[in-house]
Amino acid sequence: MKNNGHKLTSPASLLPKCRTGIQGLDEITAGGLPRGRPTLVCGGAGCGKTLLATEFLVRGAVQFGEPGVFMAFEETEAELKANVASLGFDLAGLVRRKKIAIDYVHIEPGEVMESGEYDLEGLFVRLNHAIDAIGAKRVVLDTLEALFACLPNEGILRAELRRLFRWLKDKGVTAVITAERGREQMTRHGLEEYVSDCVILLDHRVNDQIATRHLRVVKYRGAMHGTNEFPFLIGNEGISVLPITSLGLNHKISAERIATGIPRLDAMLGGRGFFRGSSILLTGTPGTGKTIVGANFAQAACRRGERVLFFSFEESPNQIIRNMHSIGLRLEALVKRGLLRFHSARPSLYGLEMHLATMFKEIAAFQPRVVVVDPITSLMDAGTDSESKAMVTRLIDYLKAGQVTSLFTSLTQGGHVLQQSEMAMSSLMDSWLLLQDLEGNGERNRVLYVLKARGMAHSNQVREFLISDRGIDLVDAYIGPSGVLTGAARVAQTAREKAEALAGQQEAARRQRELKRKRATLEQQIAALRSEHEASAEELRQIDEQVGTQTRLLTTERTELGRLRQADVLVAAGARSNPKLKNGN
Amino acid sequence: MKNKTVKRRASDSHRQHAKFWQLRLYVMDQTLKSVIAFSNLKKMCENHLKGRYRITVIDLVDQPHLAKGDQILAVPTVVRKLPKPVQTIIGDLSDLEPVLVGLDLRAAP
Repeated sequence: MKNNGHKLTSPASLLPKCRTGIQGLDEITAGGLPRGRPTLVCGGAGCGKTLLATEFLVRGAVQFGEPGVFMAFEETEAELKANVASLGFDLAGLVRRKKIAIDYVHIEPGEVMESGEYDLEGLFVRLNHAIDAIGAKRVVLDTLEALFACLPNEGILRAELRRLFRWLKDKGVTAVITAERGREQMTRHGLEEYVSDCVILLDHRVNDQIATRHLRVVKYRGAMHGTNEFPFLIGNEGISVLPITSLGLNHKISAERIATGIPRLDAMLGGRGFFRGSSILLTGTPGTGKTIVGANFAQAACRRGERVLFFSFEESPNQIIRNMHSIGLRLEALVKRGLLRFHSARPSLYGLEMHLATMFKEIAAFQPRVVVVDPITSLMDAGTDSESKAMVTRLIDYLKAGQVTSLFTSLTQGGHVLQQSEMAMSSLMDSWLLLQDLEGNGERNRVLYVLKARGMAHSNQVREFLISDRGIDLVDAYIGPSGVLTGAARVAQTAREKAEALAGQQEAARRQRELKRKRATLEQQIAALRSEHEASAEELRQIDEQVGTQTRLLTTERTELGRLRQADVLVAAGARSNPKLKNGN
Repeated sequence: MKNKTVKRRASDSHRQHAKFWQLRLYVMDQTLKSVIAFSNLKKMCENHLKGRYRITVIDLVDQPHLAKGDQILAVPTVVRKLPKPVQTIIGDLSDLEPVLVGLDLRAAP
């Protein structure tokens, strides 16, 4: 929490600053309180004035080697020590080591009688003595205004206070003076008249039954400062102011990709999943499986051996573990191995800032690589829109600075897919997955889109999101002429297509068979024709042979006849000319 | 400090009976206010408590650490350690009425 990677120091500042060491306050004041001058801290009861002053002293003594004097007008030394011991401040030890001197100034209003002229030299002497005894650089007067109740002569008191502040300046100590908030002015007794260098206003407001403390630097003479009201909180490590506006956009960026735990989702995200250190928003209506995706993501990270911190604002850790068991995620073992840690809290338990600080502390303690917040929307209900956006900004910036990949689930109402809060949040997110219910044919089916994924090619396709006892699976939704079909409709459509394909196959086979038959018939016909053809050829040959035989016989007969008629000369001629005659016939 | 028994009865108040006044006067240096306060106190005691009082003057310039013990803020301050309860009077004691009440020489008005 200490190293947010950015320190705000204004180079042009000529005014020497005195660092408070209080988380965030030095950022707002660009380096701390004005050194060697008094600062007025005012606020109503229970705002944390005394704590701020004490922390200023303790951190000064511990972190910056500047001893301090605490002049208490309201609480005794023992009370003070006890009060801040719960914050881990060892005031008693610091007093023993002479790093801090506590002087309890106590006057019973009834005990003091006034007679004639006096001054407050006694106070000066005590303060001076304490400062010199430990070489103090810092002084706290808490609450100086108590004097107004004890000393009836206000004229003298005011003159002496003016002198006191002058004296503190001359002494060169950085002083914090606390004062009660007045009705019409900043302080009840108008101390702001005397302390003109720096005035810090603390405030404790209740908004929607949730109390939030705010800090504002009203005045800081001669230096730049953040003028906004900043939420602050008192955690168990003291005060931390959350200066949202001072955060920068200068995170280190990783090109490493990490798997989502759902292979098909990785495929949709350019095949390799999310960037490490990116912020992922997962929106969906109730029951679309946001927690499941979150748990899957967590499990995938744990399997890589990374620590995962799971913030749950709806379910208890055991409930999540049980529920995820039903889809085959064994989270309990990961918790036992110390890879997965759950942090569950009701959103209404305390204000946003407290939630934020608690989350920061958990993150700082556990040092996770992946953080899942489920759901961020119920946390955002704990504050106003601008507050919660600021909080998410701060959380994301904090996580990004540490290269922690973060997944935020966000619950949307049915009907409107995109809520106003999401529009506000989306600009902070690197990737945005949308889980949606598609209703139709008497059933609801889950689908998943990738709405955006900065810096990577990603699928524009809608995928059906199936949850079974083996986990999550993504399947292609059927996209046909009648739109996107999911669930039973998709299955029916697939079956219909299958049947159609089968029918087509059968038809083809039938035609094939028919053609085969036709061919066979034709072949038979060909064979018949061929045999007929052959038969004709045979007949022709036979005819030829017959003709030859007859001719021979005729010639023989003629020769015989000629011989009989003794016409030898004619025999030779007739034998040559007879076939011609025959052909001519 | 021993509590001396004094025989003489007080004329104006029964509370003065059998008492010894132990007073501390805190001052800063020999300022005008300090000097006036001391002489006023001395005069008062001589008038009302002759022989039954002791004034210790503490100069905070020399002994600043003593200021814390008696919760001194204003200077000059008279602290009546005895008789009990402890009573503090601040100022140069030029206004007699509160001093008489403060020293328990007269009932509060």
